[in-house]
Amino acid sequence: MKIALCIKQVPDTTEIKWTEHNTINREGVESIINPYDVYAIEAALQIKKTNPATEITALTMGPAQAESMLRKTLALGVDKAVLISDKKFAGADTYATGKTLSRAIQSVLPDFSLVVCGQFAIDGDTAQTGPSIANHLNIPQITFVQEIIECTNDYIIVKRQADDGIETIKAKLPALICLLQSDKEPSRALINGFKRAQMAEIPTLSMENLGLLPEETGIKGSPTYVSRAFRPIITHTSEKIFYSETSANTLKDKIFEFMAGANE
Amino acid sequence: MSETKEILLYAEITRSKYIHTVFFELAQKALELAEKLGGCKISALLFTEPNQLENFKDGFFKSGIDKVYVFEHEKFGTYNTDLYSKLAIELVNEIKPEIMLIGATNEGRDLAPRISSALHTGLTADCTDLDINEKGQLAATRPTFGGKLMATILCKTLPQMATVRPKVFKPLKEDIIRTTEFEIRTPSLTDFEQRTELLDFARTLENEINELDSAEVIVAGGKGVGTTEGFALLKDLADALNGTIGATRGAVDIGLAPKSIQIGQTGKTVRPKLYIACGISGAIQHLVGMQDSEKIIAINTDENAPIFEVADLGIVGDIFKIIPELMKHFSK
Repeated sequence: MKIALCIKQVPDTTEIKWTEHNTINREGVESIINPYDVYAIEAALQIKKTNPATEITALTMGPAQAESMLRKTLALGVDKAVLISDKKFAGADTYATGKTLSRAIQSVLPDFSLVVCGQFAIDGDTAQTGPSIANHLNIPQITFVQEIIECTNDYIIVKRQADDGIETIKAKLPALICLLQSDKEPSRALINGFKRAQMAEIPTLSMENLGLLPEETGIKGSPTYVSRAFRPIITHTSEKIFYSETSANTLKDKIFEFMAGANE
Repeated sequence: MSETKEILLYAEITRSKYIHTVFFELAQKALELAEKLGGCKISALLFTEPNQLENFKDGFFKSGIDKVYVFEHEKFGTYNTDLYSKLAIELVNEIKPEIMLIGATNEGRDLAPRISSALHTGLTADCTDLDINEKGQLAATRPTFGGKLMATILCKTLPQMATVRPKVFKPLKEDIIRTTEFEIRTPSLTDFEQRTELLDFARTLENEINELDSAEVIVAGGKGVGTTEGFALLKDLADALNGTIGATRGAVDIGLAPKSIQIGQTGKTVRPKLYIACGISGAIQHLVGMQDSEKIIAINTDENAPIFEVADLGIVGDIFKIIPELMKHFSK
């Protein structure tokens, strides 16, 4: 079976700092593979382990530098990689991204059985691109997947995190799944993986290659746009004390003050 | 006919068969938005098994809902992405609401992007503020880049869609009694091809409402708590204050606490009256889930921990010293 693995390179959001001019400083911020996509890669590799005839193709939409991330996935055992890159894709929201990725999947893997994504990307954190891809491909989706139980050529069974418990869901293939984090140890690069990854050819698909029009993609093809960006305001006025023998007493008084004050 | 604008709310029914609390939070916000739009109809979309509507009516009467589109079928006992999105899309195409709001539960986060994508419209996820701008558009504000940046997002197409996490908005302050019209629809699903099937369900929470959603006091621990004994100490404090315990992702990842009590970007968003952060350094991913708490107390040995920046009271010290001393005051 053929698996389309959709992954994204993101800035390490824990490294982002504010400048004194209230703008975000992305300088020196490392680009990493979206942490949830690591679980998506694991899920795809797990399926390949039980069914060696599986072929995994990693797709990413992003700037040229995202190619290095694709090479790393090849070293882990992903079979092929495709970079979807065009200046005209810039500013795409989740609708336009879903459309572009679905078009790429149809173009590169018309006979795909499964699309595997991470549940969230840590930069945007919308969890919307996966379902958007599924909609554009008109296939069923299972989101918040914790674990793959079984995957055959016709169906997949997974455990899904619902708000109140764990659902076991079966979907007919082709389908799309979005992976949450798991406890599994991430895979290591294969012995000959790096060499293979360095040698591999990674084709780049442009807007024209995908047969998309400028108004169908990027900022022009996006229903939403950012009208304003600003720094979150933190309103708590901090009083800091160092531990002493009176600390517990102060703490008790403050707890009662805060609980009473909040009740007013 | 006068053109009345309409705000459509998704009324999620939990597995325990009640209206999810996030619906009442959406209803409160919809009332505010309707007023800013110069008056508009507020409606709800409900999927239910037949003969269940009576159980839900009261909730709609009290929350200012003008009309409920009730879809009834035996299949509506459990959520199904394809089925619910298909009918929601058909309804939106028919009634053409200006705005559609959905709770950002796991069900809502599964459903909403499927609907918006099929309608070729925009969806803003996990909004922390919704407003109407001077042009009458929905201005949806949300944290992005791990909470480092807030972005206000507008939508060029209709309906303007947004999801909102539970507990981000306050629920209705008082009952808004309105005459609610219930329009019952019984779709024939004969041509519906079921592509996913729920095989099994194992409950991990007593109900969908996590205690973290309703507790007035939350005592939360991070990796700095160190041990499960440390968490037992937090539990004692939480019990003494009639509260509940929470944890950071770091603490959950190393097995100190269950995933169900994780607070932060990939866990729950909470807004209790008092949040006591113990051994939590204050990574931004955690802060976005708790910084709207009314009052925050932080206890940490590292005086430079970022958690102190959002705290009302910070104590630089060891929880294993302070909490046992504090507990003495409660047992007296």
